[in-house]
Amino acid sequence: MTITDDRTDTAAPELEIGKARRRKEDQRLITGRTRWTDNIQLPGMLHLAMVRSPFAHATITAIDTSEAKAAPGVIDVVTGADIKDVQGVNANAWPITPDQVTPTHLPVAVERVACAGEIVAVVVARSAAAARDAAELVDVDYDELPAVLDLKEAAADTVLAHPDLGTNKSAFWKLDSAEAGTGGDVDAAIAKARADGVVIEREFRQQRLIPAFMEPRSVVVDPTGEQMVVWSATQIPHILRFLISATMGIPESKVRVIAPDVGGGFGGKLQTTPEEFATIAVARRLGKPCKYTETRSESLLSGHHGRDQWQKLTLSAEKDGTVTGFKVELLADMGAYVAIVGGGVPVLGAWMFNSIYKFPAYQFNCQTVLTNKTWVDAYRGAGRPEATFGIERMMDELAAELGRDPLEVREQNWITHEEFPFTTVAGMTYDSGNYEAATARAKELFGYDELRAEQQRRRESNDPVQLGIGVSTFTEMCGLAPSRILGQLSYGAGGWEHASIRMLATGKVEVVTGVSPHGQGHETAWSQIVADRLGVPFEDVEVLHGDTQTSPRGLDTYGSRSLVVGAEAVVRAADKVIDKAKVFAAHLLEASEDDLEFKAGRFGVKGTDKGIGIAEIALATFTAHNLPDGAEPSIDADATFDPDNFSFPHGTHLCAMEVDTETGATTMRKYVCVDDIGTIINPLIVEGQVHGGLVQGIAQALWEGAEYDEQGTLVTGSFVDYTLPTAADTISFITDHTTSPSTTNTLGTKGVGEAGTIASTPAVVNAIIDAVRPLGVDDIVMPCTPERVWKAIQAGQAVSHEGERAAAPHFDEATPNQDPGAGSPSTTTEGSDQ
Amino acid sequence: MIPAQFDYIAPGSVEEAISALAEHGDDAKVLAGGQSLLPILRMRLNAPGFVIDLGRIGELQGITEEGDTLVIGAMTTYAAVLASEAVGTHAALLSKAIQTVADPQIRHRGTIGGALVHADPAGDVGAPALALGAEFVIAGPGGSTRTVAGDDFFEDLFTTAVGEGELLTQIRVPKHTGWGAHYEKFVRVSHQWSIVGIAATVRSEGGSIAEARVGLTNMGSTPLRARAVEDALVGQPATDEAVRAAVASVAEGTNPPSDLNGDSDYRKHLATVLTRRAVLAAAGA
Ligand SMILES: Cc1cc2nc3c(=O)[nH]c(=O)nc-3n(C[C@H](O)[C@H](O)[C@H](O)COP(=O)(O)OP(=O)(O)OC[C@H]3O[C@@H](n4cnc5c(N)ncnc54)[C@H](O)[C@@H]3O)c2cc1C
Repeated sequence: MTITDDRTDTAAPELEIGKARRRKEDQRLITGRTRWTDNIQLPGMLHLAMVRSPFAHATITAIDTSEAKAAPGVIDVVTGADIKDVQGVNANAWPITPDQVTPTHLPVAVERVACAGEIVAVVVARSAAAARDAAELVDVDYDELPAVLDLKEAAADTVLAHPDLGTNKSAFWKLDSAEAGTGGDVDAAIAKARADGVVIEREFRQQRLIPAFMEPRSVVVDPTGEQMVVWSATQIPHILRFLISATMGIPESKVRVIAPDVGGGFGGKLQTTPEEFATIAVARRLGKPCKYTETRSESLLSGHHGRDQWQKLTLSAEKDGTVTGFKVELLADMGAYVAIVGGGVPVLGAWMFNSIYKFPAYQFNCQTVLTNKTWVDAYRGAGRPEATFGIERMMDELAAELGRDPLEVREQNWITHEEFPFTTVAGMTYDSGNYEAATARAKELFGYDELRAEQQRRRESNDPVQLGIGVSTFTEMCGLAPSRILGQLSYGAGGWEHASIRMLATGKVEVVTGVSPHGQGHETAWSQIVADRLGVPFEDVEVLHGDTQTSPRGLDTYGSRSLVVGAEAVVRAADKVIDKAKVFAAHLLEASEDDLEFKAGRFGVKGTDKGIGIAEIALATFTAHNLPDGAEPSIDADATFDPDNFSFPHGTHLCAMEVDTETGATTMRKYVCVDDIGTIINPLIVEGQVHGGLVQGIAQALWEGAEYDEQGTLVTGSFVDYTLPTAADTISFITDHTTSPSTTNTLGTKGVGEAGTIASTPAVVNAIIDAVRPLGVDDIVMPCTPERVWKAIQAGQAVSHEGERAAAPHFDEATPNQDPGAGSPSTTTEGSDQ
Repeated sequence: MIPAQFDYIAPGSVEEAISALAEHGDDAKVLAGGQSLLPILRMRLNAPGFVIDLGRIGELQGITEEGDTLVIGAMTTYAAVLASEAVGTHAALLSKAIQTVADPQIRHRGTIGGALVHADPAGDVGAPALALGAEFVIAGPGGSTRTVAGDDFFEDLFTTAVGEGELLTQIRVPKHTGWGAHYEKFVRVSHQWSIVGIAATVRSEGGSIAEARVGLTNMGSTPLRARAVEDALVGQPATDEAVRAAVASVAEGTNPPSDLNGDSDYRKHLATVLTRRAVLAAAGA
């Protein structure tokens, strides 16, 4: 080997980090010519169709499979009883309290179904069509049981979702700043404010949502080899492998899970599903490869849902607008079963309801409740959108009560940039941030003052189209998660992430990551990071993921963790590669390690033009002809990174909505967001995440909601009724960034996957309320349909025409504002008769 | 999802199609653009043994003019209707309404005849067809044809005068040359069926309304024509005030549905507001 310095003249390559690269995975993902699970065809593969319960709650009295078994092409029809000892269980991995009530969730029901859509039998046939045809022939007899569907009724325990458990209350979780020593006594703060300050009390509904990822869930199981192979459209191949092994009694070493290309998840594929377990059980029973792919209707009905909370909120403040306390009381619907992190999702709100503010006293209470509806779990933002909605609506209500600008009241209460790192009343330490900077930039881009002036003009002229401005200044905790904290919370796993880097003989680089992208573009972003770190061309980096054989260690993708935790592991592995390579570089250059510096992919001898590229070192370790004595011929490296803190992206979102007061129709006029997500690796990917996230959050405000009828049938069971928006329903967003790098990882990244969704919902609702507040409206339940907006205006007008105050009694005396048939919400100020 | 198994028949003429229908009776379903039928089959809400595809019958496609009448073949796609200059000129209301149907993909598959026979009360073609006084030509066994007027065509939810064993072959639309037109469709998301839709077409004379036709979408189990409003509009100036008064009773006697998008009373309120807007827009005000 010769050592030539052929690169001394070349300028340092342009940095990859910060480049708006198009994603290398786009072509295959967009054309669909790729390895989606449903595209996989194995020799002799059988197809499954699920027979599902039409009832929300019923005892299974008999299942007659004979006609289905006799149908053409049918191999077997399997009931829960047939596989009862081998089907495993859908586990809850985060019992939020030691005494959490957790109903056993069998993949295929054996005696009783607890929600509509639950699987009662599996038909196996030679084709998917034959399986579907025969599924209609399975005759199931049910004895219907009373179903509990309403969350508040469920909390009252009059009808039980699971009679054997004796209660619908699953767990109660509390954080109190006085008890924790992180702040004062919230009840005292509220009592004081009732006497001489301002108390805002509201009850908000977080409606149930359906994640509605693009690729329906699909699973293929090949039980024929020594290792059973499971392909699944999942976000969590590693966790799935662990739970297959843990609950089905199959040694982990005998299971290989592959998440091939996965078409979206939004948390909806952060689950181990009954369909996965049922397919595994059937494939093993028959010894044949099996495939199950759900229909869209099955997906909407049986994939887990998200959100679904009642939030009872009490905020106390001085008359000058300084908040003195905030008390949160949640009822959170788990649906029929406590899903993998079902109970934990609302509890994540505990650290987020206080948001960016310096509240001196705080209390968070969460009661999780079982009902006879589809199970509920993570959905983009998971606990944090709910919290952000609650506090950001309350801050607007406080500003309205005081007759002040909502941004001004927020600024009065938020953490100033000089105060970071800041330990909050919930006990979190925010490492960095600059709310002033993001807000100033957002106001400028928005044209805040002009829009306020236009709003005034429209109000004065009684314009049938009113204008409202909504604010949302949010933060979120990303980068799940420090393992130590997860341990304190009884979470069933750690929060670390793993990566390895393989330096190939030809100079190419394989990066194996433990996170599991399903549309985020990790292959591109990780390539950019590694290209810079190792000084190799972007094109030479291949990112491998989602297969427990290539990527044996990992904890997958959710909670905006991939870049912050997963890419940090990659960075650390790359640094180890450089460290290892340095030894060989010194040897090959006949120089001392101390005289070497690594820059742009080359080790150079300081003060000389001698040097060697990292690719050459990789080749040298491959041939291993000339290495230091006793050296291991490899510069490959692994790293596992466990963060010691979360990251805290934040941002200021401003939304202008027009409300047609004649019809209640709402139209978005302008949306500006300035997010601080730390260092940006690829601005184009960030833009995509922000836009998509915004639309998902806006959709909660305006369009989406999973609705059930009194029988517990999902009414929004197709996209005709579950009104998912398209690009035609949104406007062009104005986005920008401020950058306060995170101090908890090398690159200074914070995570962007959930930001848009978390921030946008309250911005939109605040804007609508702001538009119609002069008409006597101070709340509208989500989604804010034209009908609801119009009716709120009618109700508000009726009250003002009677000459009464728009505000109704305190919610402890009357029914809450968002309960059907209830009066409007309450605001109490000094002097009101409490 | 996968439909139940069926046999596929693709006749080359109306005659062949009618005899296939006669042979298989109610075990057969006619396929036009498939934009309503295929979802129904795939969700297994219906499972016919035979599907008779009209796609190869040339005589059912295209738009011709016969004197004062536009003749639209039942198998003419939405996209073809939209592309037709004749329709744009002589039946602008139809073009305006069809522009709001679903999305371009669906408009390239879905047919005007399929939409009319499907007779979804929330569908956007019935009300303008009714308002324009369209007539419907129905072919039956033995080469028979009959022509049905709008009021007799729509019978109920998803039910029209087209009987078992019959085909809709033509829609005959009297020309409304020079009439202004507007279709006011109220939806929550753009790809939705009408929550309420108002089809209005107006002939103006010197700033006032000489004649008006108003059709209502999703205000009952069939598309409706608001004749009282049409009469009240005659002679009115095209001003907000005058039109508001003339259309005030538009929801009287209607029976719109209640669903997640709004209850019946809200729809009645919407109809009042939207009719005013549609008429004013049609009158160019
Ligand atoms: C996502 C989506 C969104 C949509 N949005 C809208 C919308 O916003 N507004 C709207 O109006 N519609 C909407 N539609 C429905 C669409 O307009 C359908 O195309 C239309 O209703 C049916 O036309 P088709 O040609 O596809 O008929 P097909 O689906 O093929 O047939 C419909 C019915 O009519 C019968 N039929 C068809 N042709 C004849 C004939 N010549 N003689 C006798 N019987 C016949 C069939 O047997 C069947 O029962 C939407 C559809 C989809 C899938």
